[in-house]
Amino acid sequence: MRAADRVGALLQHRWKALDALAKIGAVSLFLLRLLGQCIPCLARPWLVVQQIYNAGARSLVIITLSGLFVGMVLGLQGYDLLQRFGSESAVGVVAALGLIKELGPVLTALLFAGRAGTALCSEIGLMAATDQLAAMEMMAVDPVRHVVAPRFLGGIIAVPLLAAIFNCIGIYGAQLIGVTMMGIQSGTFWSQMQNAVQLRDVNEGLIKSVAFGAACSLLAVYEGYHAEPTAEGVGLATTRTVVSSAVLVLLLDYILTAAFL
Amino acid sequence: MIDDDAVVTVRDVHYAIGTHVIFKGLNVQVRRGAITAVMGPSGTGKTTLLRLIMGQVVAKRGTVRVFGENVARLKRRELYRLRQRVGLLFQSGALLTDLSVFENVAFPLREHAHLPEPVLRELVLMKLQAVGLRGAADMVPAELSGGMARRVALARAIVMDPEVLIYDEPFVGLDPISMGVIVRLIQSLNRLLGITTIVVSHDVREIGAIANYSYLLSEGEVVAEGTPAELNAERKGVVRQFMSGTPDGPVPFHYPARDYFEQLLERPGT
Repeated sequence: MRAADRVGALLQHRWKALDALAKIGAVSLFLLRLLGQCIPCLARPWLVVQQIYNAGARSLVIITLSGLFVGMVLGLQGYDLLQRFGSESAVGVVAALGLIKELGPVLTALLFAGRAGTALCSEIGLMAATDQLAAMEMMAVDPVRHVVAPRFLGGIIAVPLLAAIFNCIGIYGAQLIGVTMMGIQSGTFWSQMQNAVQLRDVNEGLIKSVAFGAACSLLAVYEGYHAEPTAEGVGLATTRTVVSSAVLVLLLDYILTAAFL
Repeated sequence: MIDDDAVVTVRDVHYAIGTHVIFKGLNVQVRRGAITAVMGPSGTGKTTLLRLIMGQVVAKRGTVRVFGENVARLKRRELYRLRQRVGLLFQSGALLTDLSVFENVAFPLREHAHLPEPVLRELVLMKLQAVGLRGAADMVPAELSGGMARRVALARAIVMDPEVLIYDEPFVGLDPISMGVIVRLIQSLNRLLGITTIVVSHDVREIGAIANYSYLLSEGEVVAEGTPAELNAERKGVVRQFMSGTPDGPVPFHYPARDYFEQLLERPGT
């Protein structure tokens, strides 16, 4: 009996692993179909612009506020740590590199997944539940081209822009603490930062934020498009979007960081 | 019926969702220019039949031909070309909620016909006038009543001048006035524009007044067909029950279950 239970449990684990594999396969196939529609969807560029506005411009408040506080915390922690070694003037370097290479892209992506990803997912899910996507199909319009691809591209474009704004505001926040509150010389703060931050650091942050933007948008549109057309189904899909986006962003961050070292 | 005149031919179609059998050898023909009604109790697969005709789902066995083409064999592009000749009115209307009434009706034209803006505007206004909602052009779907939404969806369905127009439960949830308006619209669109019409409905009285030919589906097959008068005269039990709206009969009121008293007397958990 015990042996049979063990075999059962083992098989169940196997099935779960197979489910996960099947989902990865389904997302990849969906990505291929989506990529095929990205160029045709550019024939109506205002659809993409509208989505950059929806996902990007409407996330500005949360991004700027979070950026400011993260920058201020970096300034405080950096100052506290660096003054022990007498090098508090390097606060600007710590904040800038930390934000540009790591915190900016990652936190922007996580905030984007929570603010815009959920909206994308539930919007598409509700469109499916109210037959709007089916109606498009019946009017010989591919919903992947007309609805999904513009949102995917909008997300890819919006996240790096948001990350850039997050970084700028974050550096301002660090400056606010370091220079205005703690009395570090302004010239030292900025010149050390200028010397330390290289173009490759900016590129690293840029590539990360594009990858995170693509990952978050892909998961949001995939979950929305495949959500069960019920209130509960759309709710569950939205939850899955946030959870899987967060995990994927952190996983990708590790991979990309390792690749850039 | 004359085969050459058929716009839609469904022959010996078998279809199942998982183990649940929907159709077991369905045969339906829709004649050019006629109003054909597909009736039947809820859950008999009427909407599934529409999805088969539109190529959204594929039959396990049998063929569905629209304009002589086997829908199941068409590639996506060919299917989309075919769908441009067929209009479908969804039960819910399925209007795009982020667009105004005008833009909803203009949507298929903007996607498929590259018309100058003044021509497009004229066409859209003509179609909205036909359904009596020109005055609502600037409203958004959230501001419309159920009947109005369905009329806008109808304007959208006819804006590409389809050869076939399919209505999925067009009378559900409408007040008598809106229902009368839709019945009149179905009839006038069919007569004036010569559009072949398929109406899926279980409103026997409304559909009986306008249909040229009716099919009654039950348990996966056609149980009766003919003109509304022929269907009314049919003696078969299930047909009589459906046409007269009797709650119990060959289609039972109760869903199959175990003995009532036995279940009531049983103690939970035993």
